[in-house]
Amino acid sequence: MSSSTALATVGGTRTDARTDVMAVNAAEEQYVTFTVGSEEYGVNILSVREIRGWTPESRLPNLPDYVRGVINLRGIIIPIFDLRARFGGGATAVTKRHVVVVIQVGERTRGILVDAISDILTIGHDAIKPPPDVDGGMVGAEYLSGLYTADDRMVTLLCVEKLFSVENSELDSATRALPALERAS
Amino acid sequence: MEDLSRFKQTYFDESAELLEVAESGLLRLTPGEVDSDEVNAIFRAVHSIKGGGGAFGFTELVAFAHEFETVMDGVRNNTVPVTTELVDTLIRANDLLGQMLAYAREGDPAPAGTTDGTVAALRRHLSGGDAPQVQAPAAAPAAPAPAPVYADDEDDEAGLFGDAMAAIAAARAAEDPVPPGKLRWTIVFRPRSDLLMSGNEPAFMLRALRRLGDATVECHTDALPNLQNLEAELLHLSWTVTLIADADVDLDKINDVFEFVADDCDIRITAEAPPPAAPEAPPPVTDPVPVATAAPPAVVAAVPEAPPKTPGADAPKAEAARPRPNGGGAEHAGLTSHTIRVDLDKIDRLVNMVGEMVITQAMIAEHVRELPPGEFQELLEGLEQLAQHTRELRESVMSIRAQPVSSVFSRMPRLVRECAATTGKEVQLVTSGETTEVDKTVVENLVDPLTHMIRNSIDHGLEGPEERERVGKPRAGTVHLSAQHRSGRIVIEITDDGRGINRPKVLSKAIEKGLVQPGATLSDEEIDNLIFLPGFSTADQVSNLSGRGVGMDVVRRNITSLGGRIGVYSTPGEGSRFVLSLPLTLAVLDGMVISVGEERFVLPLTNIVESLRPKAADLHGLVGKCDVMMARGEYVRLVYLHQLFGIPGAVADPTRALVVLVETEDGSRLGLVVDEVLGQQQVVIKSLEANFRRLDGVAAATILGDGRVALILDVAGLREMSRHMDSRAPRPPVAALPAPALEPV
Amino acid sequence: MKKKVLTVDDSRTMRDMVSFTLKGAGYDVVEAADGQQALGVIGANKVDLVITDLNMPVMDGLTLIRRLRATPAHRTLPILMLTTEADEKKKSEGRAVGATGWIVKPFNPEKLISVVQKVCG
Repeated sequence: MSSSTALATVGGTRTDARTDVMAVNAAEEQYVTFTVGSEEYGVNILSVREIRGWTPESRLPNLPDYVRGVINLRGIIIPIFDLRARFGGGATAVTKRHVVVVIQVGERTRGILVDAISDILTIGHDAIKPPPDVDGGMVGAEYLSGLYTADDRMVTLLCVEKLFSVENSELDSATRALPALERAS
Repeated sequence: MEDLSRFKQTYFDESAELLEVAESGLLRLTPGEVDSDEVNAIFRAVHSIKGGGGAFGFTELVAFAHEFETVMDGVRNNTVPVTTELVDTLIRANDLLGQMLAYAREGDPAPAGTTDGTVAALRRHLSGGDAPQVQAPAAAPAAPAPAPVYADDEDDEAGLFGDAMAAIAAARAAEDPVPPGKLRWTIVFRPRSDLLMSGNEPAFMLRALRRLGDATVECHTDALPNLQNLEAELLHLSWTVTLIADADVDLDKINDVFEFVADDCDIRITAEAPPPAAPEAPPPVTDPVPVATAAPPAVVAAVPEAPPKTPGADAPKAEAARPRPNGGGAEHAGLTSHTIRVDLDKIDRLVNMVGEMVITQAMIAEHVRELPPGEFQELLEGLEQLAQHTRELRESVMSIRAQPVSSVFSRMPRLVRECAATTGKEVQLVTSGETTEVDKTVVENLVDPLTHMIRNSIDHGLEGPEERERVGKPRAGTVHLSAQHRSGRIVIEITDDGRGINRPKVLSKAIEKGLVQPGATLSDEEIDNLIFLPGFSTADQVSNLSGRGVGMDVVRRNITSLGGRIGVYSTPGEGSRFVLSLPLTLAVLDGMVISVGEERFVLPLTNIVESLRPKAADLHGLVGKCDVMMARGEYVRLVYLHQLFGIPGAVADPTRALVVLVETEDGSRLGLVVDEVLGQQQVVIKSLEANFRRLDGVAAATILGDGRVALILDVAGLREMSRHMDSRAPRPPVAALPAPALEPV
Repeated sequence: MKKKVLTVDDSRTMRDMVSFTLKGAGYDVVEAADGQQALGVIGANKVDLVITDLNMPVMDGLTLIRRLRATPAHRTLPILMLTTEADEKKKSEGRAVGATGWIVKPFNPEKLISVVQKVCG
């Protein structure tokens, strides 16, 4: 990691999308940002595998509405999460213009359905503000790695690991149609 | 040994197999009835591990293997009596050998003293007379062995020429003063006449000498008989070789050439310093073997290139007597071992590729179906053939991955032995169907469930010997482990002749744990199956055996995750039978594509009995809980897939929808209500769990011809779901659940 | 014209190593897992040298050597036996049944090649 090139961009100057990730200083990281409705979110570019247009999903039974379904990503099957629904905004009415951000969380690959990709930002750690207490919302502060102001926009930086790490327990308690026999423990 | 390191993987793989061979052999080793073939096999296994280990310089491992092997050799020669203690020691030794292999594989030295205890135990079994044969571990540097049985690489090489060692050492000392430069060696080589009969060929030895320096060979033909007395296979020649060689060519190297014939010839080797030093001075440096009464040279021939041209008819005849490589076209590919080793990744790539091909083929078939009928007859026929070939290809590829279950079964005798020892029970294990083949992944995943189930059978199922005698059973209980193919699946049964499941106890336990409501009426079968519930354990105290943190619930989960089912059948006082059924492969299945609303699903063909559209008269409601249908003279419960999965827009009326009659492995049937049956198709099984999670009623997923994902249904899981759906209306808290499975099915 | 060497060993590792080493030195190598198989290979191939392990299932090395020597065509076929120890008893047993020579396991590649050259050129 070279630091000389990166220092110039500390403070959140927007950089070209092709900026080499490896050249970015450790004190700053690149985020892919996208919109859901009027809000803008960002995820660390290192967790993004690809961005693809919407293709029809196959539904999965008995899961909350933010689990959109599964799609075939070149022979592997990945789940698609509807970010709008995840944040309590109801299921997205998809069009061909909607976009799936394919991310890698640990060994798992999954897609996030968003409205559109907006930008790639290089953001210095210093420029990230801690999230306010949003307790009581659909998404707790633990899923947010911070807030960032780009020009006059606010970008909510998501911590994908945490956003999806709870899914199993949450799915279990919320919707899993488990028979009594198997529930008992 | 740099070059050989590439064989380490082979070595470790093979050693793992050999360890198993040794272990299963050791487990069958019974005092008083020693099967020499069996003993030999164990010996060979240890021997091979040691041999390979030496090649890679695993000295600690080799030293230990040697100890082990020595005792096995004693067993083989009947000098070490087979006792129960011996067998235990040998089993421990085999385990330790496995550990040593693991250390070697990781490149770690074994912790100091790792083998001490076992080595001591092994040595105790050698009778007094044999004891001295046991060498100190080679790893210990100061292990002077009178006759090195095993030492490290270098020593061993030298040990090969044992006869002449002392003389050679002297020779080395004598050479020291000679200044750098050339030495002249004179070698008189007079083989015995039957030398050729051992396959040795003087010509090659002379050629080997030539590789050491400039050689002049004189061939002595004085002993040649005349032609009519000449015997082709006898040798009548002798040679004197003058070798001018660099100083680094020592007596070792020259002796080495005659290594194999030292006992079959007279040989005399002398060295001279360079001519200027002294014309006649140099005395023979050494004389390792009886000195030849060498005849004076009669013929002197300088040998430029070829091996010595032996005069007369001798050479051609000697040649004729041996098979000569006459290469040409008759080269046989020659590998008689009819197996090759293939990296598993390569096979998996092949499997995946075939999987993709199956999908592509299905896709083409789908498109072709939309063509106007009758116009593309040849295309259709071609496709039909392609489908056939694809199927065969798939089967061939799958068979590559198939393995007999014996690799799992063979681990069980040991387990039984251990369990028997721990519980104080007498147990006899009977296995059958070991050669039944199933996909490697399935085989590997069987180990844990089987281990636990057998433990369970011994721990909970079988009675102690006294109790068995009291009830008129033989003291030793029997556990029967069997495997067989049944309708496209592998069925494994574990049967014991123990006391059977104690139903009152199981039931009260289940009630106590809040798994079943007090007062609930459960059938025997339902009670028996309570043991698969999470957290269920019938042992009053968590015993050493079954209390290892896993219960039958884990077993069931493992089996289910493989697409398998497990059931138990028990008769009080007579025993229990656990039946496991698993798919033969985890990669592809024949399925029926069905649709419900906008969604499509795949039903495994093995589950389908038939599909039909019921008449209204065939349908009945059952105590307001569910619908049943009369099919083939029996009532079958209807399960609405759209209800179960919450799918909008499906056909709700069974008389307008289709009912697919399905059967689970345990033989129970239900009628699955779906919109349409779209057709039969091979599908490639794709994991839903790899990137997501398991879902109830879903066995896996697949990709259909249009690239869309379809879920593969798990029929038994659907049945479970439907059972509980009835009693779920407002979902009650866990502890207050009503008794399960009350409805007749 | 490559010379063809038959390596007979029940250990795959050992066969692989012998085979790899000798192929690298310009020999053709064929393999057999025991004495019985070896007889089959020799029946189907013109073999210039046999390198055999002694301890093998089905048919051991000494029996193989004995069987080969009993066949006129193989009376002078070079046969090297592999032994794990510098075991004089094994060597003399081998010699008694007609082995040409021996190679002590573990061997290094150079040693193997030099021994093979010594008995079959």
